Amino acid sequence: MSTIAVRGRGRFRKGAGLGLVAWLAGIVFFLPIAWMALTSFHSEQDAATNPPSFGAALTLDGYREFFGTGGGASPWPALINSTVASVTSTLLVLLLALPAAYALSIRPVRKWTDVLFFFLSTKMLPVVAGLLPIYLFAKNAGLLDNIWLLVVLYTSMNLPIAVWMMQSFLAEVPVAIIEAARVDGARLPTILARVVAPVALPGIAATSLICFIFSWNELLFARVLTGVVAETAPVFLTGFITSQGLFLAKVCAASLVVSLPVLAAGFAAQDKLVQGLSLGAVK
Amino acid sequence: MTATTTAPVAAPDLSATGRRPSARLRAWATRAPLLPALVFMVVVTQLPFVATLVISFFDWNSLYPDARHFAGLANYREVLTDAGLRRSVWTTILLTVAVVLASLVLGLLLALLLDRRFRGRGIVRTLLIAPFLVVPVAAALLWKHVLYNPEYGLLNGLLHYVGGPQPDWISNTPLLAVQAALVWQWTPFMMLIVLAGLQSRDQQQIEAARVDGAGDWQIFVHLTLPHLRRYLELGALLGSVYIVQNFDAVFTITSGGLGTANLPYTVYQTFYQAHENGLASAAGVLVVIGSIVIATFALRVVSSLFREEVSRA
Repeated sequence: MSTIAVRGRGRFRKGAGLGLVAWLAGIVFFLPIAWMALTSFHSEQDAATNPPSFGAALTLDGYREFFGTGGGASPWPALINSTVASVTSTLLVLLLALPAAYALSIRPVRKWTDVLFFFLSTKMLPVVAGLLPIYLFAKNAGLLDNIWLLVVLYTSMNLPIAVWMMQSFLAEVPVAIIEAARVDGARLPTILARVVAPVALPGIAATSLICFIFSWNELLFARVLTGVVAETAPVFLTGFITSQGLFLAKVCAASLVVSLPVLAAGFAAQDKLVQGLSLGAVK
Repeated sequence: MTATTTAPVAAPDLSATGRRPSARLRAWATRAPLLPALVFMVVVTQLPFVATLVISFFDWNSLYPDARHFAGLANYREVLTDAGLRRSVWTTILLTVAVVLASLVLGLLLALLLDRRFRGRGIVRTLLIAPFLVVPVAAALLWKHVLYNPEYGLLNGLLHYVGGPQPDWISNTPLLAVQAALVWQWTPFMMLIVLAGLQSRDQQQIEAARVDGAGDWQIFVHLTLPHLRRYLELGALLGSVYIVQNFDAVFTITSGGLGTANLPYTVYQTFYQAHENGLASAAGVLVVIGSIVIATFALRVVSSLFREEVSRA
């Protein structure tokens, strides 16, 4: 509609008008997060008012409450569990996905596209497809409420994405250079370190960040398979679902703190984010 | 490693005589790096599903483990005839279709806005991606308590300024409440995919069309949209695969109440709270069948984009 209204007034004016619309859209989408951040620095009394108190005094009480100085359960065990599960599973993913991606790109096995699509198809299998047997297995094997079970499951959750992404990154390494290095007598470790790594490293870093995000966010497995000991940060957050009374600043502080690692990792991997989320189909 | 590098003189000798690996051995050597990942995936994802399939044919409540017996298709019959479960199938479809379509359309519009040059484009892009980078449970809590709350939520707070009504969002329109929160989170995802599509357009072709006198609208309809088709399909299908499985938002915002229980939530509830293992497995198998239908199309689109990439390289 606005395109028709401003047509003919010149490219510059039209561009500026649509730029304004884009800015507005950006602000609208970001508003809930901005409000969450502001509320987390308000006192509980100021957080729960109608009309909202935009200019209320700022305080760190919400964060103090969240970190348990007010007597509630400390979030640190959950944050540490989440860190262990996310970081360890990401390292495991790298360990398994890098050789696999090598065998699918630089020295491809026969029918390598079929293998690649097998990995992708496992990603399409919903979590509920195997949740119950995994739960029963964990119960009988005494692995319930054990963070290492989550590590294994998160590895399987992220491995297909990682194989796809790494395959596409390793495929960018020119084969001619690898051949040349081989002719010059370079052995495999040297080729990997000197030729493959410099080209593929940014992609590998982005892949790791995306795997980290998915593990950090996961709720269903963690909710079913962990209890008090291995509870992760998202499970800790579910404690706020039925909260009553004045807790808005605290819940905002909690949501923000738990989301910070994901926001940081996401912005760091921004350029490769879409490639990871589309399982390597889009570059 | 040191052993291999210190014997350069002997090396040619060795390869000429004793170290001639058979073709079969060499094939296994190229396959070897692949095997750990493959075996791991089969064990951790395929085996449990086979177990789910087996359990789905048993009448098995874990509170009465001795009464477990083979029940044939009885669980499937119950899932398909039980009013509650049938409703959760319907809820899953409504939730998925509405969220995917709404976020796809919004994502397309935002991507078109972001595709042009303007002051602060990078900042706007960052602002728009942010919702996707909030932990899903945190995002659901944010909508439930901070935005939707009828007494002090931001939505009613803003409505207060214009003298509008003060609805109880979650009680009045529970499914819509869940959908809106999910659309907010998934629009950035769609936007990123469409944006990638826009940036892979053939600029020369567009310039040529412009020289020939084509207007913006004509270029959009005849060049941009056909080019974007597969990216839109990809966004819709991947979005469906992810949102069909959604648990976090339903669990957090409504706890599956008020008619918002989708299949993943129902499966969770059936075995975690009602301890009906057989029934839960049958419902789980149905979710898988639904996902396979979507996934087949998704894989086809991915594969066509993928082949294009490979042939271009």
